[in-house]
Amino acid sequence: MSEPTDTYVFDGETSRRGYRMNKMFMSLRDAPARERFRGDEQAYCEEFGLSPEQRKAVVERDWQAMLDLGGSIFYVYKLAMIDGKSMQYLGGVFTGMTEEEFVAALRRGGRVDG
Amino acid sequence: MAEVMWGLATSHVPSIGAAMDRDKTQDPYWKPLFDGYQPAREWMAEHTPDVALIVYNDHANGVDLDIVPTFAIGTAERYRVADEGFGRRPVPDVVGSPELSLHLVRSLVDDGFDLTVFQELDVDHGLTVPLSIYCPDPGDAWPCAVVPLLVNVIQYPQPTAARCYALGQAIRRAIATFAPDVKIAIFGTGGMSHQLAGARAGYINPIFDKWFLEAIESDPQALAALTREDLIRQAGSEGIELIMWLIMRGAMNTTIRRVHSTYHVPASNTAAALALFDNRVPQPV
Repeated sequence: MSEPTDTYVFDGETSRRGYRMNKMFMSLRDAPARERFRGDEQAYCEEFGLSPEQRKAVVERDWQAMLDLGGSIFYVYKLAMIDGKSMQYLGGVFTGMTEEEFVAALRRGGRVDG
Repeated sequence: MAEVMWGLATSHVPSIGAAMDRDKTQDPYWKPLFDGYQPAREWMAEHTPDVALIVYNDHANGVDLDIVPTFAIGTAERYRVADEGFGRRPVPDVVGSPELSLHLVRSLVDDGFDLTVFQELDVDHGLTVPLSIYCPDPGDAWPCAVVPLLVNVIQYPQPTAARCYALGQAIRRAIATFAPDVKIAIFGTGGMSHQLAGARAGYINPIFDKWFLEAIESDPQALAALTREDLIRQAGSEGIELIMWLIMRGAMNTTIRRVHSTYHVPASNTAAALALFDNRVPQPV
């Protein structure tokens, strides 16, 4: 069975690639963990065994790179929440829009031609 | 004997819960959605079940990617409301129904569905938002006990639509052999069309959604025939959550009566819908 090539699919291979990074995002549900992360993001990422590319993507908040390096959107979102960013902000990043433009596109009925 | 009273198909977007928790349901953004819920809420308030079987998926709150069960069921006496990273929702913890859970595990395993069993589980917005859509003001306790049934819709390959529909039918057979005289509501949650990640983020497909919203009542077999790829293409990579509606539908009678439905774009990055069905209607002979 072939996978759709025209859309983003979080499959087993992606999940393996992103496993350590997603585990780190999951840990951020706990307030003390969030404090430690904020204190030294690099060290916290190293502790969870992220690859250098993943660490860079996290520290630089390169959201698209996090997806490309195996991040699941539901896990990546934990990091966005720490920064006070919304899912609409992320949607804007992925589609080259501002958050306001992305929200407006949804209010117009969404990107129906996608 | 146990019986299924009604089935509720509904979105479970976290911001719908946040709108209720922060008293924003009358804001212009949210009012049309909540107005659309009202007739269903009034009917459900007059038809209180003893137990709600809630088919949902966790979003990196109760379960992580260490273990990805395709289908799982909770058997606990209580389920804590998860802290998803911004504090717990101000809603009551969920009281379980271990007796029904364990009956379902036995019956479903005998019927060929080898579910993973959770003895402990924090429930996230996937479960609590549908409860809030059913009952906006629960006070100190929800009006019914809950059995959580989890489906992997996050990591590909998700179960097929056909398998979900078949699981629902097995649940229907299992409930028919549960001796206690309990009234059960079934929630199928998630959807409708939406995609969160990547270049196709913000995708909405109202034509597909409206067809699905109709066919869930009248032609579930057509929906069960959709492939995973059909669903991802037509409903978006998170819209595949709609397979959980088929578990609800499979657990209901051949003929059901639509009490109310509503469809609204947007709720956050999604097309939101609700469809309420009465299961206790005359059946074709």
